[in-house]
Amino acid sequence: MLTMILKRLLMAIPSLIGVVIVTFLLTRALPGDPAAYFAGPAATPQAIQEVRVKLGLDKPLIVQFGHYVVDLVHGNLGTSLTTGQPVATELHNRLPASAELTLLGLIVSIVIAVPLGILAATKPNSILDHACRIVSTAGVSLPVFFTGLILVYVFYYLLGWAPAPLGRIDVFYLPPPQVTGFYLIDSLIARDGDTFIASLKQLFLPALTLAIFSLAPIARMTRASMLAVLSSDFVRTARASGLSAYTVIITYAFRNAMLPVITTLGMVFSFLLGANVLVEKVFAWPGIGSYAVEALLASDFAPVQGFVLTMAALYVALNLLIDVLYGVVDPRVRLEA
Amino acid sequence: MKRRDFLKSMTAVTAAAAVPAPAVWSPAKAQSRQETLLIVSESGPNNLDIHGVGTNVPGYEVSWNCYDRLISHEMKTLPNGTPYYDKEKFKPELAEDMNVGDMSATFKLRKDAVFQDGTPVTANDVKWSFDRAVTVGGFPTFQMSAGSLTKPEQFVVVDDHTFRVDFTKKDRLTVPDLAVIVPCILNSELVKKNATAQDPWGLEYTKLNTVGSGAFKVTNWTAGSQVVLERHDNWKGGPLPKLKRVIWRMVPDAGNRRALLERGDADVSYDLPNKDFSELKSDGKLAIVSTPYSNGIQYIGMNVQHPPFDNVKLRYAVAYAIPYQKIMDAVLYGLAKPMFGAPADKPTEVAWPQPHKFTTDLAKAKALLAEAGYPNGIPDPITISFDLGFAGVNEPTCVLVQESLQQIGIATTINKVPGANWRTELTKKTMPLFTNVFSGWLDYPEYFFYWCYHSGKSIFNTMDYQSPQIDAFIDGARAAAATGDKASYDKDVKDFVDLAFTDMPRIPLYQPYVNVAMQKNISGYQYWFHRRLDYRSFVKA
Repeated sequence: MLTMILKRLLMAIPSLIGVVIVTFLLTRALPGDPAAYFAGPAATPQAIQEVRVKLGLDKPLIVQFGHYVVDLVHGNLGTSLTTGQPVATELHNRLPASAELTLLGLIVSIVIAVPLGILAATKPNSILDHACRIVSTAGVSLPVFFTGLILVYVFYYLLGWAPAPLGRIDVFYLPPPQVTGFYLIDSLIARDGDTFIASLKQLFLPALTLAIFSLAPIARMTRASMLAVLSSDFVRTARASGLSAYTVIITYAFRNAMLPVITTLGMVFSFLLGANVLVEKVFAWPGIGSYAVEALLASDFAPVQGFVLTMAALYVALNLLIDVLYGVVDPRVRLEA
Repeated sequence: MKRRDFLKSMTAVTAAAAVPAPAVWSPAKAQSRQETLLIVSESGPNNLDIHGVGTNVPGYEVSWNCYDRLISHEMKTLPNGTPYYDKEKFKPELAEDMNVGDMSATFKLRKDAVFQDGTPVTANDVKWSFDRAVTVGGFPTFQMSAGSLTKPEQFVVVDDHTFRVDFTKKDRLTVPDLAVIVPCILNSELVKKNATAQDPWGLEYTKLNTVGSGAFKVTNWTAGSQVVLERHDNWKGGPLPKLKRVIWRMVPDAGNRRALLERGDADVSYDLPNKDFSELKSDGKLAIVSTPYSNGIQYIGMNVQHPPFDNVKLRYAVAYAIPYQKIMDAVLYGLAKPMFGAPADKPTEVAWPQPHKFTTDLAKAKALLAEAGYPNGIPDPITISFDLGFAGVNEPTCVLVQESLQQIGIATTINKVPGANWRTELTKKTMPLFTNVFSGWLDYPEYFFYWCYHSGKSIFNTMDYQSPQIDAFIDGARAAAATGDKASYDKDVKDFVDLAFTDMPRIPLYQPYVNVAMQKNISGYQYWFHRRLDYRSFVKA
């Protein structure tokens, strides 16, 4: 197992190098001149040139790349020009916000979608099956920012049940002392029930928004994979042997149907991180998605590069995790082979 | 433990956890809510120091509230009851006395003023701060030069609490320029301690830390998400603000900002779309204050150096084709002051902004188009560019202009320029047709014209308009203002306004409004030339 993980990590290195080169070149190819942007409204050409020299943008591309790589090796992702803070610190502060939201969204989604998929598969073409189809089609066809705005409108504006969409925690609460950066976990560590509830309330609507968006692939995949398994011989044997419906469906069928569901979960998690950008905008969530988009709009290279690199590393880790999970779920899958 | 017992004890634990009321309801929290102003806006600062490289406009708001200037402006009241800064009257802020002589101004500093870390403010701090502003380059240096403040030698420390500014030449704008945001006073010793060899003025330090003697200090800044400011209890520049704390949250979605206001969760917001403002106004649940931008105009500009708009007849045709009223109604929902359609016999005033005499008249526009040598219109599309950063107003305006020009036979395509690139595009001065807004901090006609019409290198002369005649009028007005020669000043101002409307390199559309929406229990909003909020005067009942 350990050698497998190491091998996989080694294999990830070339792709990370590729990401570094491509993002560097892409950000340089963006339209817009950061020097003109940062020289301010009333700048003369000379002032713009001064800023360009200050930012090191007057040097040849290859020299700039060299500096970038050297910094990267030292763990320095550069400094964001728009926010004035080191990119590494910002990502470190903002990643937990995005990750907490995405994970919770995914959990909510799994809790709804998996049982829904199983039920739909056990009774194909029943009302339940159609309901599953409608829910998942509706969820995937509504853009996330739209779902988000509707939820805010109904639950915050009209009903007043949800707290103000003002980020991770009510304005008048202090965030819990940072341990993991996940407010839910940190507030539990600090044994602060109030803060836990306050941050859970803030999380609820954005997480639900993400969950609605990701219901479809999980529910559909669960259903399809369950249908295939339910029609196989061993299930028929189990049924013929008089096992209870629960044992047949959950213990035998579902465990065998889980592999494609896990693959889908990996994919869903990746695109949820992307969909996050819009949800973060709607809920004023201080995550990495909105950070990267703002940087992109200002032609601010360093955060964009840092963001893409972080995402790439995250995907590598995620894929590895899923591969490992395969082996746990289904001993027949031997990755060493 | 048996499963049933476990479940029972879990229920007890959950119930116990649920009992304590959320902290919001506790008296201490209620108290802090009372003394805290919650502002929501689209974007926040990128730098806490206005002297920094590329500080954005929200950053100006921080600087204004966290730093003192030597002098500031008195307030006057507009007919609609809004307190409005009085450009003629100055009041001391860090200085307790100002004595303007023929070629210098002397300031006596308050002896009791202290920085937020407790060190007293001295004339050395003032000199160091002014030296910094004229030396660091970029926007601050440029703004200082607008008041003929260009060299460190102009700033003289007479003694610990006396400071003198020597004039290089007579300029009416010198004293007003000391009351804008840029000449703020920093804690020089503290900044020097944190400066490095590459960064002698400590810009990196002040980017993240406010080191002034102002009424507020930033205690938490998370770029792109929030700024928290606490009151400086030892502030001496004016009466102690009523608010103890200001929380400024960035809420990118305009709909949510409106919802927060309507639900009563946010206290103040000021960059909602015009449509929301006009609806909130008629709702009457919130207090809405609309004030015209001082010395500001949204306009359609044309590049006069390149065909086809080097032809003045064609510019007239465009000026007659603009659907002015439609823009006022459909884009601005009436929340702006029209700058068009003055009666034909109205004499030119010694004032700016003032409306021009063009109205929408497509028949006239077509006739002028033919006269300009395009009897069949212009089939090759001309691009209309606008800044996506202000798409809410710019995009529908451009679409309406496009539609109207189509009717007289001028084909156009719309070019949306991302906010980050807009300045770059303006500097190039190659866009044939565009819309933009300019407003001057200093509210004087010659100031506006100097930036927008003078043949000099100003980036805001976006039309690349070159006219020795207008230069002479503008320079004449500036010279006359400095010596107090009212007769020739008035004549020059009227002449440059007339010439601007005769040559029509840019077509003024309207004077935009600054719209601020507040809860009914919030009072003390003041309009300032920089159009941002002054927290010091706000009161939460």
